[in-house]
Amino acid sequence: MAHFIDRRLNGKNKNTVNRQRFIRRYKRQIKEAVSDAIAKRSVTDVENGESISIPSRDMEEPIFHQGKGGKREMVHPGNDQFSQGDKIKRPLGGQGQGAGEGDASDSGEGQDDFVFSISKDEYLDLLFEDLALPNLKKNQLNKLVQMKTHRAGYSNDGVPSNIDIVRSLQGSVARRIAMTAGKKRQLAELEETLAKLQKNKKENQSEIALLEKEIEQLKNKIATVPFIDTFDLRFRNYEKRPEPSSKAVMFCLMDVSGSMDQATKETAKRFYILLYLFLTRTYKDIEVVYIRHHTQAKEVDEHEFFYSQETGGTIVSSALKLMDEIIKERYDSEQWNIYAAQASDGDNWADDSPQCSDWLTNKILPVTRYYAYIEITTRAHQSLWREYQILADTHENFAIQHIKSVEDIYPIFRELFKKDATADVA
Amino acid sequence: MSRNILSDGPDWTFDLLGEYQTEIARVAKIYRLDTYPNQIEVITAEQMMDAYSSVGMPIGYSHWSFGKKFIQTEQNYKRGAMGLAYEIVINSDPCIAYLMEENTMPMQALVMAHACYGHNSFFKGNYLFKTWTDASSIIDYLLFAKKYIAECEQKYGVDEVENLLDSCHALMNYGVDRYKRPQQISLFEEQKRQKEREDYLQSQVNELWKTIPSQHNEAETQKARFPSEPQENILYFIEKRAPLLEIWQREIIRIVRKISQYFYPQKQTQVMNEGWATFWHYTLLNHLYDEGKLSDAFMLEVLQSHTNVVYQPPYNSPYYSGINPYALGFNMMVDIRRICENPTEEDKYWFPEFAGSNWLDTLHFAMENFKDESFISQFLSPKLMRDFKFFSILDNEKETHLEVSAIHNESGYRAIRQALSEQYNLSNLEPNIQVFNVDIRGDRSLTLRYTPHNDIPLANTKDQVIKHLYRLWGFDVILEQETESGEIKELARCPLATADNV
Repeated sequence: MAHFIDRRLNGKNKNTVNRQRFIRRYKRQIKEAVSDAIAKRSVTDVENGESISIPSRDMEEPIFHQGKGGKREMVHPGNDQFSQGDKIKRPLGGQGQGAGEGDASDSGEGQDDFVFSISKDEYLDLLFEDLALPNLKKNQLNKLVQMKTHRAGYSNDGVPSNIDIVRSLQGSVARRIAMTAGKKRQLAELEETLAKLQKNKKENQSEIALLEKEIEQLKNKIATVPFIDTFDLRFRNYEKRPEPSSKAVMFCLMDVSGSMDQATKETAKRFYILLYLFLTRTYKDIEVVYIRHHTQAKEVDEHEFFYSQETGGTIVSSALKLMDEIIKERYDSEQWNIYAAQASDGDNWADDSPQCSDWLTNKILPVTRYYAYIEITTRAHQSLWREYQILADTHENFAIQHIKSVEDIYPIFRELFKKDATADVA
Repeated sequence: MSRNILSDGPDWTFDLLGEYQTEIARVAKIYRLDTYPNQIEVITAEQMMDAYSSVGMPIGYSHWSFGKKFIQTEQNYKRGAMGLAYEIVINSDPCIAYLMEENTMPMQALVMAHACYGHNSFFKGNYLFKTWTDASSIIDYLLFAKKYIAECEQKYGVDEVENLLDSCHALMNYGVDRYKRPQQISLFEEQKRQKEREDYLQSQVNELWKTIPSQHNEAETQKARFPSEPQENILYFIEKRAPLLEIWQREIIRIVRKISQYFYPQKQTQVMNEGWATFWHYTLLNHLYDEGKLSDAFMLEVLQSHTNVVYQPPYNSPYYSGINPYALGFNMMVDIRRICENPTEEDKYWFPEFAGSNWLDTLHFAMENFKDESFISQFLSPKLMRDFKFFSILDNEKETHLEVSAIHNESGYRAIRQALSEQYNLSNLEPNIQVFNVDIRGDRSLTLRYTPHNDIPLANTKDQVIKHLYRLWGFDVILEQETESGEIKELARCPLATADNV
């Protein structure tokens, strides 16, 4: 006796729980691997998971087993040269004795590390968890709201162009059935008696005439029920609902003057990656605009942004000016959620700082959702920081932070967005 | 005889599976294969990996180690380092067998013959399985275990349960009973009986020692060890005796212990079980072929897979990784049939009890009453040792060289057979560690004693395992060993005695 069951359509991820348990247990190690991986990725590369490697010794499941040494006898197949009593030099590494012990270890392939990939979601979750930003995900950033028309059932009145023909005809059929069913039944009965009577036409002449008249009347009544009535009409109903826009643009501004070295840029890159990842949690389409500047600003691609060297002085306002132009030209603030992150070592031509403040207050801050400025330096603050500080006190959507080294990034990032989150709650 | 050939695929359909199943079942009956009803489930490769990583439990509780196993399987599979097993079969009633969607029709037929009639009849017939497992209740039990552990996780927290399971898994091999029937009685009943036994024992002791002055008596009992006999089922001992565990913790220990017990027969019958199943898929399908039901193309594909499965690489091959249980088991089964049907003089000398007897009777007898160790020492013939070109290597730590202690010749047959049989003796492979004493009147420390086999020391993982044991026991745990000279040597201790806290 046997029966077959097709299980192919059952969930294939019976083991997801166990996998999550595994990740949960090795979170510390995995998180290290994740944060190492950040530096190697492009800012916008969040579509992929990450390959994680953990030293296998960290995840052993110890059991009692026999160690090396003692006396062992092992039987092997395929003798081609040995006779009883032969002495063989002990092979190095104890090879040839451990084999077949039934204890085949998973390190059989000589791997030192346990390597596996985590999915994009797992990657992001781990990354954000590392940031310890639990509220951040719940309190989403403010989004631009657009009204969108949605279908919303049917209504009894409306404009003719919205008539739903099928619905209306359904109504008409139902009404006609309701209004004529009784009469039709009556008609059928009468016609039956009429047919009976007609078998003896002569005897029932008068009754037949009466019946025929009655039938005539009924038929007329049925015919007068209108095919369609205003009562039947149904109109498609629409309503407008607010919908948050899912489009966002992120401006990355960076000072590339001689004073910014590669390490500083790497630090800034991490910050941009974080911001980007963070935005992907909220928005579907995100565009990134890279603006680098020294005394002049220029829009560039990612590679050039991070890796090309330029020297010269620093005029920050040039970048702000360019940003403003780009917004006007391509990113209508009615449709786009605009974010900006500016990184610099704090150098600016002293006369320029008030101008920056001006540009920000009048042009940029009114249209951006959030503007973050990070200063990556170990030196004392200069004029730009002081100008910005004043702005930060007066504008909700403007934040500045000081980063000394790579380790500061996570806490600072958290700090920057906490402000927004609490403002949102209040 | 009608020569109606069954379609040879290569694609399978459920109808075709059914037809093959009916044919195989018919032939299996001729050979008296007694099976549980079959429940054959078709699954995808991914589901196969799932099944794989839950170590053959169709319903497993949640634990990270299964996740780790899954990730490993997946990685290996993706890298192409391993193929997936063609089938997994579960010792349950009805017997659940998984067929992989990707298999061709001949492969499905092979797997059905192998799993649904080979393994299945082995599960039903072998004495170890009969004694230690209850096929009809295992699914229910696993379901209960999964639910119970999930409930505990909710009540006491995932970490708490995970830690406990880690510790239990570390001692899983020491959670099996080897010498008594599993008891189906309740904890209460068990305690009652235990008490009765103790009372009885106590009364006996009193009777015996009646004439001796009572002072002496007291001194004796103080020295008495607890438990009075060493206990090899460590998990059982902890479940019943650990002072600090809560009820749910004891229940979880019990669950791990039961599951370990359920798998215990499979560990001891690998060669026989696989050999038996392989022998039957080979025999059943050949029978169908001889009846003219199978096409040549079908049979060629079957034979190709079959040959791969029973291939034994020689010791100096790069593919060599010990003796292939399929090869050894299958060849032994075939050899038993040969000895019954066409015995040589040698066979008559070596196997007077069954040479020339009915081969089917003999095979069934062998399947029902042996485990790997005894099966090999009873049935491995000189011819097979010659065919395999077996030789035995003695590796004594104290010598500078390895020695070839026996080869496949007249003077070596018995030695090789003995050595090979020992090689499958689980009690030689797993270190012999038993609960030796609990200091019930003192610090409640638990002492385990390791008795080495052939002077083989314990591996370094012992320190880790002792920590797990300490977590379960709650008081000091000491692992010691009695050396040849009779001295007691301490191997490990947890927590480490840093300062005297007496």
